[in-house]
Amino acid sequence: MNDFTQLAYLVTAVLFMLGVMRLRSPASARSGNLLAAIGMGIGLIATLVVYYQFSVVLVVLAVLAGSVGGTVAAKRVRMTAMPQMVALFNGMGGGAAALVSLGEWIISPRVTVVSAIAALFTVLIGSISFSGSLLAFAKLQELITGRPIVFPAQKPINGVLVAIAVVMAFVLAASGQGGQSLLVGLYVILALGLGVLVVLPIGGADMPVVISLLNAFTGLAAAATGFLLANNVLIIAGALVGASGTILTQLMSRAMNRPIGNILFGSFGRVTGGAGTGATDDGVVQSATVEDVAMLLAYARRVIIVPGYGLAVARAQQEVRQVVDKLTARGVDVRFGIHPVAGRMPGHMNVLLAEANVPYEKLYEMDTINPEFPQTDVVLVIGANDVTNPAARNEPSSPLYGMPILNVDQASRIIVLKRSMNPGFAGIDNPLYTNPKTSMLFGDAKSSVNGLLRALDEV
Amino acid sequence: MHPSLFVELYIFVLAVFVGFQLISKVPSVLHTPLMSATNAIHGIILVGAITLAARVHHGLALVISIGAVFLATLNVVGGFVVTDRILEMFRSPGRRGEDA
Repeated sequence: MNDFTQLAYLVTAVLFMLGVMRLRSPASARSGNLLAAIGMGIGLIATLVVYYQFSVVLVVLAVLAGSVGGTVAAKRVRMTAMPQMVALFNGMGGGAAALVSLGEWIISPRVTVVSAIAALFTVLIGSISFSGSLLAFAKLQELITGRPIVFPAQKPINGVLVAIAVVMAFVLAASGQGGQSLLVGLYVILALGLGVLVVLPIGGADMPVVISLLNAFTGLAAAATGFLLANNVLIIAGALVGASGTILTQLMSRAMNRPIGNILFGSFGRVTGGAGTGATDDGVVQSATVEDVAMLLAYARRVIIVPGYGLAVARAQQEVRQVVDKLTARGVDVRFGIHPVAGRMPGHMNVLLAEANVPYEKLYEMDTINPEFPQTDVVLVIGANDVTNPAARNEPSSPLYGMPILNVDQASRIIVLKRSMNPGFAGIDNPLYTNPKTSMLFGDAKSSVNGLLRALDEV
Repeated sequence: MHPSLFVELYIFVLAVFVGFQLISKVPSVLHTPLMSATNAIHGIILVGAITLAARVHHGLALVISIGAVFLATLNVVGGFVVTDRILEMFRSPGRRGEDA
């Protein structure tokens, strides 16, 4: 590695930082992504200048295949399918890190303990990220069931396997040479298996946490490879991604009010099976017609729309945006209140609304919008349930208790668009629905909103 | 111990701190593109894949290095393209002349 390459790597690292810095505002974000991409290009060119003695045909073919595959997949994916796309690309990165370390392990004698540890750590984390991401992809794409898959003694088995992996890593590091090919092979298989086992018991609604966590894993794997190759740009980029994944994981698990260990090992579905029915108050559910709702909305001054994943499932984003346009034209102040875990990955709902041309300045995060509910005339809840459940605030026996929610019950009127009275994902009753201020508009979100559009024309 | 280890540890720790500072300033509206952009950034592992490929010329190690190059390229290209597609959709309302 010469001085020129080192300098180029420095430029790459700086451009990565500047790129992320520009993600602070939607207006500058796109240029930030471009900066990071330019940084990547500079780093790659600088690498090729020094390390060019590879099998050109094979490398060029691999790069071409990867570029075409990556571009086609990225261009064709629907925005609702973004979480599984990100999971898939993440898995590729983790797999690449694992392979690089594995290759290094095979070709060079381990002279230092540090490189041996770095290599074995990367193989473990990278492989977990690879197989875990592929399974997350399969779950989100509904190639297999999105529900938690559990079997007896899952936790002890996982624990024993982790212990075995650590022991194997010690044996390999101590033996210190590439010769132990059988043991290395078993180690890789074990790591891949662990990735599968970690993701299996995690259900669809918990996916934002898992995807963030796997992102952090791949970042760490890249950084560890940097230690192995004594390559600073890998260390810096890996640390940056590791920090990002860690922060997002924390934010998501906080927004779900569950410690990360509970999500990874708890499998939510079972925990809530018996609970949650504590407060079945026999309140009356009032249902409304689209005409009633249109009337309420048209004569409101302030309206907040609370979208949930049900909106995306019904693909009603465009129709909702048209409702917003109609109301805005009448002088109604319409905003969106978005819960951090609305969607299948962090920030997913914002992307889905942006795709439907809702301007980002109408999208408010939970902490900003919550003080606004008491001054709001009408709240329209579309396809969201648990994140509006007041039991999270005032019902200590509820499994949701303590979870930060959108305080929609503080508004003057609440309209809930819902398919039926079935409880939400977590299977927990929502006292919001029996609140005297609440009216329910039953039916498919898309047809309800379409009906609302027509009714608004006649108000 | 290789001599630069502590320098590398310093770099790693400082980069983690800078990373936490930078990332915590990103608003939740942009968390999906943040994730997908950082996802593309860890594609820098392609640099590692190329350095490996330059030193192996036959056998299993060659297959491994080519596989690493392929996966890392998918990660880099797909990651940046998909992030650009997401960010393209975030429009400012000012330009469309409607305001609340």
